[in-house]
Amino acid sequence: MTLPPFERFYEEHREEIYAFLVRRVGRERAEDAFQETFLRALRAYPKLRHGEHLRAWAYTIASRIAIDEHRRPRADAELPELASLDGRPAFAELEHLADELPPTERAAVVLRYGYDLDYADIGAALGSNATAARQAASAGIRRLRRKEAQ
Amino acid sequence: MTPVSADLDRRFRDTAASEQLLDVAYDFVDSPVGALLVAGTERGLCRIAYDAEPEREVDRLAHAFGVRVLRSPRPIDPARRQLDEYFEGARQRFDLAVDIALLADFNRRVLRELARVPYGEVVTYGDLAARAARPRAARAVGTVMNRNPLPIVLPCHRVVGANGKLVGYAGGLERKEALLRLEGALL
Repeated sequence: MTLPPFERFYEEHREEIYAFLVRRVGRERAEDAFQETFLRALRAYPKLRHGEHLRAWAYTIASRIAIDEHRRPRADAELPELASLDGRPAFAELEHLADELPPTERAAVVLRYGYDLDYADIGAALGSNATAARQAASAGIRRLRRKEAQ
Repeated sequence: MTPVSADLDRRFRDTAASEQLLDVAYDFVDSPVGALLVAGTERGLCRIAYDAEPEREVDRLAHAFGVRVLRSPRPIDPARRQLDEYFEGARQRFDLAVDIALLADFNRRVLRELARVPYGEVVTYGDLAARAARPRAARAVGTVMNRNPLPIVLPCHRVVGANGKLVGYAGGLERKEALLRLEGALL
């Protein structure tokens, strides 16, 4: 599948990515996160070699940015949800390795362990289903464990 | 679900262009001869299309210039302003950079000569061929006119048959007539 013009990629995914970001970081921060997601996608876009898994790719970028948004201190502090986001040592250890995974596995791992999405949501993001998402995530994790062991 | 607001969408499209992340920016410009799809690269204006089917046109632009094609009004604003002025009769020359680097040498040479044909005047295909140093290439010049990527700005409507007939226009003869009438070249 050839890479579509960026306009089409953006038109197809902007609404769901924005909705995803509103759920993850709240409406107030979602606009900045949205801009950052699509600017980052635009920078990387010409390096993509084909047009497959673009939706999962967009979610992967958005979830990374959502994580960064949460880590970023904010002026009005005291956000209760911040506390719950720190309990992810397992993913933090793996995150630097996730870049080397095949795209679907990487997306599944990042969305599951980086962002606590349930498998139904991940399946939807990947254009498959919950079962396939679970398989991709566990295949990704197994691969990461092996890499880590090396 | 909260939709992406028009303001947020606009901000993204502006920023993408101002950070120079686009291969091609395009937008639609209203005109008396119909909506025009107008596109440009960093180097200059690269496409003006009548009756554009956006999907197909965007595919073509991506194929020719790179996949980062985005509708982004701001970079198109100078062209929009000058086209508006032209259609109001307040502008006779376009002052816009054009990007025709991808065209064949002959096409570029003919289009450069075409750009020198003044407002309100007409030349024949043969005249233009002679000006491009290929006096017998009137027919080839006709093909270049037919494929002109920047109608209006590169004024292929000012090129007519040897008998003075309008002959042809990629955007349709009615438009050619309307443009020549606007310029006072036709009564």
